[in-house]
Amino acid sequence: MEGLVSLFVKAVFIENLALSFFLGMCTFIAVSKKISTAMGLGVAVMVVQAITVPANNFVYHALLKENALAWMGITGVDLSFLALLSCIGIIGALVQILEMVLDKFFPALYFALGIFLPLITVNCAILGGSLFMIERDYNFTESVVYGVGSGFGWALAITVMAGVREKLKYSDIPPALQGLGITFITAGLMSLGFMAFSGIQL
Amino acid sequence: MSAVIGNELKDALLNDETKKVLIDPLVNNNPITLQVLGICSALAVTSKMSTSLIMALALTLVTAFSSAAISAVRNHTPSSIRIIVQMTIIASLVIVVDQILKAVAYDISKQLSVFVGLIITNCIVMGRAEGYAMKNPPLESFIDGIGNGAGYSLILITVAFFREIFGSGKLLGYEVLKLAKDGGWYDPNGLMLLPPSAFFIIGLIIWAVRQLKPEQREVVDYKIMAIAHGEDGAAHGNGGHH
Repeated sequence: MEGLVSLFVKAVFIENLALSFFLGMCTFIAVSKKISTAMGLGVAVMVVQAITVPANNFVYHALLKENALAWMGITGVDLSFLALLSCIGIIGALVQILEMVLDKFFPALYFALGIFLPLITVNCAILGGSLFMIERDYNFTESVVYGVGSGFGWALAITVMAGVREKLKYSDIPPALQGLGITFITAGLMSLGFMAFSGIQL
Repeated sequence: MSAVIGNELKDALLNDETKKVLIDPLVNNNPITLQVLGICSALAVTSKMSTSLIMALALTLVTAFSSAAISAVRNHTPSSIRIIVQMTIIASLVIVVDQILKAVAYDISKQLSVFVGLIITNCIVMGRAEGYAMKNPPLESFIDGIGNGAGYSLILITVAFFREIFGSGKLLGYEVLKLAKDGGWYDPNGLMLLPPSAFFIIGLIIWAVRQLKPEQREVVDYKIMAIAHGEDGAAHGNGGHH
């Protein structure tokens, strides 16, 4: 249990997907102009991450890992090189299914998150989360915690970023630095802040 | 027959359109600083020159070959499933690159960790596939892929250059600035090896490029007004409102 709590804190703060691995940067920069939209995208990423990381974990351990097909009576087969293809396929399929389920059963939620879902399929943070899960060899429980934690960390980062950018309107920035330039510098300062957590031992 | 193809290739390589497609993405239309595409991996692998060179090469090759392949099947792909087709082609190419790296340069592939795999979701690759390769013939698409890959590589290598030389006093592993702890004069800046420095350097590069090329600046949607003094200033101040 302690291990899982520590994994969660690590995924949210110390190894924040956006600020220490730069994942999902394109959307992080593009959609962080308003707090409400940023938060919507953040929640969508968190939901998708919480579903796809465990799903990929399950498929990887049941089909792709070395000797994973032993339950079918096939041994000595190592399909782990297919992990990239299967991860992106599963993510694409799950996002599509999620979109249809939300549309059918939770229309209010669909209107809030729907526009972000297609964007998420090609979000590096989602694929990155699954690939980190494979590289670090998490078991199923750990992958659930890691999925929720890393998604929450990304949502936190983009929401805070949007808050800072809304306030940046009131500052006098050199014309050439406005927009993209100052956003990167701000992200750097935020990343410094998040690095302060890296000394924490749990 | 081969002479004909050779001539066609020469024509294609020498005309102005090709040059534009190849050179434009370097500065004038750089995918990273102007289009804000594909920065994820651009930042994470830049703490050393060697990793970023390999990454740049991998991405350029994947972009070029995936653009060519996608363009070759563009007339046979129904538009409703085009994203899946593009994804499959890109993912297969990335798997090839990943496997080659693991076989030839295992240490570097370990350092690049998940970022080679993340080329799949790199917006430059998808962006070129969707934005250029779906509308143009294979050879042009290939060159366009090389051009955009080179634009990406340029930024990546610039960032890596600053991070490695100031962070550890080396370039490609060779000592350039002699470190103080080895009896030299340079005291390395540890911040350069940490993630935030990549953000700062990209921010500064964008600042520099836009200072030199004002047409790349963004349209400002807000402006700080001078504090109005008296009636004249107030009238002037009103002009600044949106």
